[in-house]
Parts: sequence; structure tokens; C-alpha cells
Amino acid sequence: MRPGSIIYFLREAFKSLSRNRLLSIATISTVAISILILGFAVLLTINAGALMNYLESDVEIVAFLEKDLTKSQISDIKQDLTAITGVKSVNFVSREKALDKLQESYGGKEYNLKETLGKNPLPNSYEIKANNPHNVPQIAAQVKKIDGIYKVNYGQGVVERLFKVTHWVRIVSMVFIVLLVFAAVFLIATTIRLAIFARRKEIYLMKLIGSTDWFIRWPFFIEGVFLGAVGGLIAILILAAGYGSLINHMDALFFLPLVTDPGILSNVYISLMICGAVLGVLGTWISLNRFLDV
Amino acid sequence: MLVQFYNVSKIYPNGVKALDDISLKIDRGEFLFLMGPSGAGKSTLVRMLFREELPTRGQIFLASRSIVRMKRGEVPRLRRNIGIVFQDFKLLENKTTYENIAFAMEVVGASSKDIKERVTEVINMVGLKGKEKSFPGELSGGEQQRVGIARALTNYPLILIADEPTGNLDINTSHEIMELLFNINRAGTTVIMATHARELVKSAGKRVIMLEQGRIVADNPPGEIFL
Repeated sequence: MRPGSIIYFLREAFKSLSRNRLLSIATISTVAISILILGFAVLLTINAGALMNYLESDVEIVAFLEKDLTKSQISDIKQDLTAITGVKSVNFVSREKALDKLQESYGGKEYNLKETLGKNPLPNSYEIKANNPHNVPQIAAQVKKIDGIYKVNYGQGVVERLFKVTHWVRIVSMVFIVLLVFAAVFLIATTIRLAIFARRKEIYLMKLIGSTDWFIRWPFFIEGVFLGAVGGLIAILILAAGYGSLINHMDALFFLPLVTDPGILSNVYISLMICGAVLGVLGTWISLNRFLDV
Repeated sequence: MLVQFYNVSKIYPNGVKALDDISLKIDRGEFLFLMGPSGAGKSTLVRMLFREELPTRGQIFLASRSIVRMKRGEVPRLRRNIGIVFQDFKLLENKTTYENIAFAMEVVGASSKDIKERVTEVINMVGLKGKEKSFPGELSGGEQQRVGIARALTNYPLILIADEPTGNLDINTSHEIMELLFNINRAGTTVIMATHARELVKSAGKRVIMLEQGRIVADNPPGEIFL
């Protein structure tokens, strides 16, 4: 491509933008709304994913120890537990600590649990976390086999159901996003088709004069990238402002943790902006080709 | 031979037979009229030359190259050798005379220096000096067609194809446009003109091909009196 052509393409693209101002605004709005909806869905998915991770990471195994074990037996069990593949951490909880925890969760300082109970009825225990929470049931089965452990608890039944739910939440949100992308492409392509339709005579003439398809395409692509990027930028500004204020106000309202990592968020915003530009080009490509068939 | 048609037929998907077994040769430098009533196949025939239409059967050659077998990517080069003049002028309303003509060179990637030189030249050639900055809406029909002809000429075509170029013009203006086309032909460009204006054809003394229902019914050589 000659440098003269690049200048020509840029000049043509921006001439067309200012000449078809109303259609340019329509395209920018379409892209902005599409990206806004898409961005909203992406943020929702990321937060749902974080919530799923959070819920899953809470899954742990509690192994209760028999009452009359010696100190060395207790530490032997710890070694056995650590040796199981997939175990991330093993944490000893003494009977006294277990009672303190119970005291804390039931009523705090208002009741004196220790006095009411008299003798501490709780056993010593180990809390075991898995590298992958999905392996908890298998690990629990192995833990149960170790001598000196009389009971294993990991929320049997509930955990399996939780995993089923998180699995489906992840799939549904991915499908939702893919569908939204398709809808956005269709919507943007339709708007751009209007802009191209207004110039079909020009395109037809260019074809008959002997201009190559790419020579005709370039100015339209530059236009598409520009409109898409501007639309994307507007969308992420709205999205960032909205999500920012949500983070500030929601902290106090809900126990659910929102994703606030600026690294993740800026990645999301940059991707959405690129997505806008790509949608602009894609929409142009789809709409333009039929007019080039002369 | 510049143009050769061998047993060309065109049947549209709706079953209409636009051309029926047409064979035809056109020499370099010729001026050829295509005559016939509406629907005789004149437009279909000329559109095949710049490959807007492809034949259902048969072969077409331009300067010994098959237009039919040509790949899509080779079509732009074919069209750069052909200038097209339309009945409805097909000027871009938002461009001036100068810009409309320069457009034809811009879209094939000519340099701005070449464009300036050549556009000034063709504007003088078609007699539009002084109208460079006028928009099509400010020009008469005859002047608009001159812009159309100038645009078709800018890229030094081998052939100028004119499909009913006087169809929207009065008789005096038509004669002026014919005079311009004859001059272009005298300068060496082959001209093919489809028309049903018998008056213009009669006085011209050029080769005339008569089409009826997609068939050639007469091929009068130049100089022969055409009635």
C-alpha cells in the first residue's frame, strides 16, 4: 500500500464520518449500548465466578480425633493427613480452641457456654483444605481410613450440590455472553448497513471504474474501528462509573464480596474497548461484502 | 480484434432469455451502434463487456483475454481499460465537476500530481472549462453527461461504452454529445454505443448492429445507408 493511499483512506473515512453525522451517532450509540450490556454481563460473570470460588474455597474437611490419643499419635495422624495427595493444608484445632470457637459463634459474651456445659464435650480435630475443592469427597474417604479418626465431616451432600450449582452458573454465564456478542454483531452490522446503503451508488461506481475491493474497504474499516472504539469508550466510562459507585455503596450492604482488583477491572475495560473496535470492523465486513458483489 | 463474442447466450434466473447465441467481432478504433427496441438485449450485451453480467453460455474475449474465465481479482484491471457512460450520468451529487472526474483516478490509486494534470486535460477535451467547481445540480443535462464522459475518459480506456447516453437529453444536446463521442473515436478510442435513437444513428454513417429478442437481426457495415 502506498503512503498516498493511506492518506486517501484516512481522509475518506473522516470525510464520511462528518458527512453522515446522524448515522455515525446512531452507530456509536448502538455500539455503546451493546458494549454496555456486554460489559454488564461480563462484570456479573466475573463476580459470580469470584463468588463461586469463594464458596468453594470454604469447603473443608473436619476430622475428629478419638479421645485418648497421645501427643505422638496426634502428630502421626497429621503426617498421614499431609501425605494424602491433593491436601493443601492441615490445621490442628484443640478441644479448648474448638470450645472457644463455639462460644464465639453462639452468643458471644452474653452466655457463658463453658459454665453451662461444665465439662468440655468437644474432641480434638484437624481442619483439612484441599488444593482443588472438587476433590474434597475423595480426600475425605481417605481421611476416614486413618486410625485414630472416628468421624469425618465436610458437609456431605451439600457440597456435591454446591459444585453442581457452580458448574451450571459458569456454563450459563458463558453461553449468555456468547449470545450477547452475536446479538451485538447483528445489531451493529444492521446500523452500519444503513450507512453503507446511503453510499451504494458510490461503491457501485468505484467497482465499475476498476477499484479493487480492498481499496473500497479500507475507508469503511477505518470508520468502523473509529465508531466501534468511540462507542466502546463511552460504554466503559458509564460502566466504570456505575461499578465504581456500586463498590463504594454495596460494601456496607451485602456480605457478598465484589471483585475490586484494579488489575482485573482494567483488563475487562480494555478488552471491552477492543471488543467495540472489533465489532465495528466485523459489522462493516458483514454489511459491506454484499455491496462489493458487482 | 479487440472484442470477440462466441455463441453468447444469457438466460436470467427468472427464465428470461436476454441474449440468444450472439457471435460478434469488434475491431480496434471502431465506432459501433447497438440498436433495438427496449428489452432486445442491448444493455445485457454491453454489461458483459465490463463483467457486470456473465453469460450463461459462450465466450467473450477482450484483447484476447477471456472475460468469462477471468478470476474475481482480475476484474478491476479489466474495468480500468473500459470507460462507461450511463444514461442517468451517475454523478456523485456532493462532488464538484472536478471531484467527480478526479474520483475515477483516485479510486484506482493515481497520484495527486497525475490526477491534477489529467483532469484538467479531459475537462478541456469535453468543453467544461469554467465549470470545474459546479455541482451536478447546477449543470444542465448535457453538461452533466459531459462530466460523465470526461470521467470515463480519464483512465485512458481502450473502449468507451455508452449505454443510452442521450436517453435523458433533448435532440440538440444529443447531437452535441454525439459529436463529442465521434471526436473521442477519431482520437483512437473504440466506442460502443447502445441506443434506440434512430435519428442519431441514421446520420452517423457508422457500423450498426440490430438486436431483437436477444438475437442479431442485422449488422450494417459503416457507410451503408441505414433506414
